[in-house]
Amino acid sequence: MKTSPVIEVKNVCKSFKNVQAVNGVDFQIFKGQSVALLGPNGAGKTTLMEMIEGIQKPDNGDILIMGRKWKGNERQLHQMIGLSLQETHFIDRLTVSETLKLFASFYKLGKQRVNEIIQIIGLAEKTRSYVVNLSGGQRQRLALGIALLNDPKILLLDEPTTGLDPNARREIWSILQHLKKHSQTSLILTTHYMEEAEQLCERIIIIDKGQILKQGSLEELLKEDNDEKIIEFALDEPNLAIERVSNPSGFHIQWGANRDKGIIALNQIERQLPEFLTLLNQNNLRLRHLECRRKTLDDLFTTMTGRRLHE
Amino acid sequence: MNKLIQQKQLIQLISAHFKEIIRHPAVIFWGIIFPILMALGLGIAFTRQTGIVRHVAVIENDQAVTENANNKLSIHAFLEKHADKIKPVGSKPQLYKLTLANEKLGDTTFIFEKTTWHHAMILLKRGNLSIIMDEKNNRIEYHFDPLNTDAHFSYLKLSKFFTQNGTPVEENLESVQPLTVHGTRYIDFLVPGLMAMGVMMSCMWGMSYGMIDKRSKKLLRRMVATPMKKSYFLISLMTVRIAMNLIESALLFLFAWLVFHITIEGSLAGLFTIFIAGNIAFGGIAIFISCRTSNTEIGNGLVNAVVMPMMVLSGVFFSYYNFPDWSIPFIQKLPLTLLADGLRSIFIEGAGFTEAILPAAILLSIGIFFFSAGLKFFKWH
Repeated sequence: MKTSPVIEVKNVCKSFKNVQAVNGVDFQIFKGQSVALLGPNGAGKTTLMEMIEGIQKPDNGDILIMGRKWKGNERQLHQMIGLSLQETHFIDRLTVSETLKLFASFYKLGKQRVNEIIQIIGLAEKTRSYVVNLSGGQRQRLALGIALLNDPKILLLDEPTTGLDPNARREIWSILQHLKKHSQTSLILTTHYMEEAEQLCERIIIIDKGQILKQGSLEELLKEDNDEKIIEFALDEPNLAIERVSNPSGFHIQWGANRDKGIIALNQIERQLPEFLTLLNQNNLRLRHLECRRKTLDDLFTTMTGRRLHE
Repeated sequence: MNKLIQQKQLIQLISAHFKEIIRHPAVIFWGIIFPILMALGLGIAFTRQTGIVRHVAVIENDQAVTENANNKLSIHAFLEKHADKIKPVGSKPQLYKLTLANEKLGDTTFIFEKTTWHHAMILLKRGNLSIIMDEKNNRIEYHFDPLNTDAHFSYLKLSKFFTQNGTPVEENLESVQPLTVHGTRYIDFLVPGLMAMGVMMSCMWGMSYGMIDKRSKKLLRRMVATPMKKSYFLISLMTVRIAMNLIESALLFLFAWLVFHITIEGSLAGLFTIFIAGNIAFGGIAIFISCRTSNTEIGNGLVNAVVMPMMVLSGVFFSYYNFPDWSIPFIQKLPLTLLADGLRSIFIEGAGFTEAILPAAILLSIGIFFFSAGLKFFKWH
């Protein structure tokens, strides 16, 4: 049985000068739910997140956190929320431990909670290191640790792994997956990494140009489209290949920027893949690369907008 | 209990800001070592007593000319006889140059300028000269600030020379007319100015720039996304800054006391009051100018826009009386001038606590005004 939503976003709009950053966004998030706001850079994710965080006010619409508006409830809501901004520099010459103690004092928490957080974020060996000497991944883990200090009911993470290497990214994921298992914290994270949304969230909201394009679980989003399989290929002679292969009927090819690679969406791969290979053979075209894979959110986004998530 | 926990917040904030400051070696250099080096350099450069040149105003009036027609007591006649004429440039009045040689102590050269009383006072205010000579009722009158050792020096030298060379010819034909005007050793003048400048620079760069930097790095935004009390944040910044300024100024004074034998002539309570009021004034201004921007380059410009005019005008290094008369009332109302003059009045002139109340109250009002305005417009995000 679903209880009342933890976060309600109702027809929210926000514009800056001539740019409509968020345009009529509606969604609800319930206790313990993890939701990803997925979209390319400039989609309006951060603006939406900042409105949920109470940093910005919507031009229109309402945002309710635990049934309360931000105005007049800042102190109580700050107690319930943990957040990590897209980019935060802490005080360079404070140590990890001192930084955590400083923020713990804002929540009236003691040394015990600081030590717990140090263990959770895996920075036990860095407690005496200055923040300025931490790696990007370690700093991001510290930011996450600060967000978790008050054992928040709602955790808001704005691109928590952007700019991190794959290992550092997996470390962050591991901390968040552990949190999901052991707490009832509701999580919203913004990302343009499809894999991150898949790994951490059971619900994904795809945003572009300030509007929600689609939302649902990963399965729901991908099942809606009949073209369930994707083949990616590259040919030895791209220029010649374009003339010959772009003509055959039955295949809609999306060519890459250099016109030497192509992507075809197939709904009956067992029948269509042999046909495609036969076509290449008949035209004396040699494959340099062929990959057959399931459809991803990136493909879905490309289908909907004509652009890729990382553009 | 709750109060204790809240105080812990404040302690953590104070501790964090303190560590942030002392862990930057550059801060220690600019805050403590640089003012000491400046005191040393300028003190040595301007306190040496070799090849002294002093300017003297000689009042030219009709009474003196008439009286001295039949009288041996004439500064003008004396100068004609003993001093060298300097060719005036354009319409400038006649100048005379008199060099008193001394093998052991070095030469002292006096430049005499014939002028009116009004003009002589202007020159005196501007610090161009420290003594004025006049003739009235068959007496030579020396007008100077009795607290000004430099004027004393000039008086003694001139009096001796005039007496030895026949003017005045009789006893009691000279008199001293005290004038209360700024001016002592240069280092006496400099150290309170450096302290005032240190307070201004420390507040403006340390607080303004620090806050703009924290805003640009989104640290302010992150902090106010917690239940942190915003007033605690600003109070902690001010507390640490005042504590640092106290340490810096105490060290500068200690150095000046040991090396240059600077003393505090006036009230210590008055000095402390005016020092704290100065800190609050510049703390308020610092919060005001950094209340909106998150761009460090704009912040740089804003800080310079406030700091540079006062550095030039407020008489930190040299008397602001060198500036045109019309600008003096304006200069005297600048916070740095108020602080520097207030500190100097206690250091040099021996001002008491009551004399410190007015400048301290003005500085406090400036601080409260700008602090309130800054807080009203403060952009945390």
